[in-house]
Amino acid sequence: MWGLPHGFAAPCHHARQAPLSFRDLISGSLGAILAAEAVQFDGVAKAFAGVPVLDGVNLSFPAGLTTAVVGESGSGKTTLLQLINGVLQPDAGQVRVFGEAVPRQAVEPFRRRIGYAVQGAGLFPHLTNRQNVVLLAQLEGWTQDAIEARYAELLEEMDLPEEVSRRYPHQLSGGQQQRVGLCRALMLKPGLLLLDEPFSAVDPITRVGIYERFEFVQRHEGVSTVLVTHDMREAVHLGDRLVILRAGQVVRSGTTDEVVNAPGDSYVEQLVNQQL
Amino acid sequence: MTARIGLALALLLAVSAGADVGHAAEPIRIASKNSNESYLLSEIAAQLLESKGFAVERRFGLGGTLIAFDALVAGEIDLYMEYTGTLSQAILKLGHDASREAMNQRLKGDGLRLLGPFGFNNTYAIAVRREQAQALGLARIGDLAGQPALKLVFSHEFLEREDGWPGLKRAYGLPFGATGIEHALAYQAIAEGSLDVTDAYSTDGELLRYDLVLLEDDRRFFPRYLAAPLVRVDVGAQVIEVLETLGGSLDDAAAQALNAAVVVDGLSFADVAAGFLAERGVAAESAAGAGGDDLWRSLAANTAQHLKLTLTALGAAVAVGLLLSLLIFRRAVAARLVVYLCGLLQTVPSIALLALMIPLFGIGAAPAVVALFLYSLLPVVRNTVTALTTIDPTLLRVADAMGLSRRQQIRHVYLPLSMPSVLAGIRTAAVINIGTATLAAFIGAGGLGDPIVTGLALNDVSFILQGAVPAALLAIATELAFEGVERVAVPGHLRAR
Repeated sequence: MWGLPHGFAAPCHHARQAPLSFRDLISGSLGAILAAEAVQFDGVAKAFAGVPVLDGVNLSFPAGLTTAVVGESGSGKTTLLQLINGVLQPDAGQVRVFGEAVPRQAVEPFRRRIGYAVQGAGLFPHLTNRQNVVLLAQLEGWTQDAIEARYAELLEEMDLPEEVSRRYPHQLSGGQQQRVGLCRALMLKPGLLLLDEPFSAVDPITRVGIYERFEFVQRHEGVSTVLVTHDMREAVHLGDRLVILRAGQVVRSGTTDEVVNAPGDSYVEQLVNQQL
Repeated sequence: MTARIGLALALLLAVSAGADVGHAAEPIRIASKNSNESYLLSEIAAQLLESKGFAVERRFGLGGTLIAFDALVAGEIDLYMEYTGTLSQAILKLGHDASREAMNQRLKGDGLRLLGPFGFNNTYAIAVRREQAQALGLARIGDLAGQPALKLVFSHEFLEREDGWPGLKRAYGLPFGATGIEHALAYQAIAEGSLDVTDAYSTDGELLRYDLVLLEDDRRFFPRYLAAPLVRVDVGAQVIEVLETLGGSLDDAAAQALNAAVVVDGLSFADVAAGFLAERGVAAESAAGAGGDDLWRSLAANTAQHLKLTLTALGAAVAVGLLLSLLIFRRAVAARLVVYLCGLLQTVPSIALLALMIPLFGIGAAPAVVALFLYSLLPVVRNTVTALTTIDPTLLRVADAMGLSRRQQIRHVYLPLSMPSVLAGIRTAAVINIGTATLAAFIGAGGLGDPIVTGLALNDVSFILQGAVPAALLAIATELAFEGVERVAVPGHLRAR
C-alpha cells in the first residue's frame, strides 16, 4: 500500500493477506513525505489525433479535501480523470498519485486503491446491490467477516436500508442506485475517490440529500476526492477547492471561497454569476 | 490462447475418432445404399456369410452411390451391392454398357472388384399410372412427346445423371422440363396423381403395389443395370468365393417378387433374405424378428446414439465457439470474418456437408459429429460475439476503472451479461442439431435417422415415424431443458422474452 498510514490508505485492519513488501514500505514512506498532495499534475499535455485536449496543465489536489473540476463538455475534464487512474497516459509531463507516478503496466492494483463512481451509477445489472458493492473485496481475498463489517458500515454511512442488499439495481430509485455506487467505490477504503458527474442523473431534490450524505461520508472516511462536473452549483456545494477548465487549460484554481469571491477571469465570473 | 483452441480442436477430433473405434474381431463390413433392393441384397449377402461362420457388421442405408463408393474406396466398408450401369456411367465414366472385364480393369487400381451379377436387370424405367396409360394410349417412352400436359417429376439422381433424364430427353426428343423429388416419395405422389411420370427401377415391388406400368424403352436408351457385389479385394479370397455363389441366383421376376415381399407384404429384410437362402439350401438365421420388445429396444438404442452424436457435437461447438468468440470479439474485422465464415458453413446443405466429410473422416459417427459441430458453430459464435460487443460501455468503463483485470472482466462482466444471448444461441444450435442428426444415418452414423432412412427405402410411414416422432420429442425436451437452465443461470430481469 502506498499513501499515509492513517490518511490515504485509511485504517486498514482488514489487511490483505500478503505481508507488506519492501516496495510497499518505500512507497509508503515516500507517500508520507509527499502526502500533502493527493494528486499532482506537472506540465501534463494530452492530444487526440493531433488535437490538444489538455495543454500544459499544472495542478495539485490536496490530500483529504474535495476538489471540484468544472468545465463544459470538451474542456478536457474527463481526460483529466482518465490520466489519474491510468486509463490514459500523458504525451508530456507527469501525473503522480500520493507521490507515485501513475504506472503504465500492471495497473490493476493501482486502480483498486482509487474509488470510482460514475453518472448513472454504472451498477452491474446481473449482480445484486450487495454483490456489486463487495465484488472487489471478494477478489482481493478479504475474509467474510471483514466484508460483512465493511459492508454494514457503508450501508449505515450512506443511509441505505438493509433491504437493498438482496435487490437488483433496477429495483432501486436513481438516488439509491447512486448511493450504492458510492458504497462500491469506497468498499476497499481507497485513499482517493474519483467522481465522474456522479449526481447529474439524480433529480434536484434527491440530489441535495445525497450531497449532505456524501459530505459526511467524505469527512468520515477521510478520502481525498476529485469531482468532475459541469454544474457550478454542485462544485461550489461539494468542493473545498475549485479548478476551472476551459479548452484544455486551467483558467482558475483555488479554494472555493477564493474563486467565488475573486473570479479574476471573465469566463469564471460568468460561470459564478450564472449558476449561483 | 491459440494453444487452447488447438487443444479444443484436438479434443474434438479425439472424441469423434473415439466414436468410431472397435473393429476388434474385424467383422466384414457390409453396406447398402438406401433403396429397399440394396438393403435386401446386402442382407442376403450378410446372412450367407454369417452362415459360413464370418462375423458381419451391417452398415445399411448409406445415402447414395457416391457415399457408398467413396466409403468403399476409403476402406470404411468391405462391400456393397452396385449396378453395372451405375458403375460404368456414373462412377467410372466408361460410357454405355462397358463390359465387367473393362470395369474391373479400372477398379483394380483402387483394390476393388465387381463380382458376378445376381442375374436380374434392374434398369431405369419410366412409370405411369395404368389408367392414365390406357386413357392416353401410352405404351412407349416416345409416346410422351405428344402429351405436353403431363407432369414429369424424377428422383434427384435421375435428373442429374447423364444416363438419366438429360440423355433420355435427347434420345427421344422430349420437349419437357422436369423437376426433382426424393425417390421413395415419388410412388406415393404418382399414385395420388400429384405427378404423372416418374423414374422407377424395373424390379421395384412398388410397381405392383401402386398399379403402375412401365413404358417400353423402344430406342434402347437405358443401359443394363445388373446388380452385383462390389468388394474390396482385401476382404479375402474366402469371402469372395462365398459371394460368387450368389451369381445368377435371381432373375427379373424373382427379384421383383422378393422386393414385393418386403414393400407390399411388409416382411422384414431379414425374413425375406432368410427365406430366399433357405430355398437355396442355406440355413441362415433371421437375425431380427420384428417383436414388440425389439421396437422399444431399437428405439432406445437409436435415441441414445442420436443423443451421443448431438451432445458430442454441441459440447465441442460450445467450447470452441465460446473460446473463439472471446478471442476475436475485440477485433472488429476478425469478428466479422469469423461470423461470416460460420454463416458460410451454415449455407452448405446438410447432406452435402455430410458427404464432404467422408474423404476426411470416412463414414460412421466421426464425420457426422464433425458436420454437426460445424453446423452448431454459427448460432453459438454469432450470439456470443453480438452479446459481447453490445455491452453497455459505461459498465466496461467502470469495470476498467475499478481495477478488474482482463480475465476478471470476462468472468464477472462480459460472460454473465452475455449469458442470455449465449444460452439462446446454444439452444438454437441444439435444436438444429437434433433435426440435422437424423440425416447422419445416410452416412452410417445411426441414430433416429436409421428408421427414417429404412422407412424411405420401404416407403413405410410407420418406420419413418419411429425416427421422426422421437426426434421431435427430443427437440421439445431440449427447449424445455434450456428454459430450465435459463431460469437458474440468468436473473429474471435479464432473461430474453
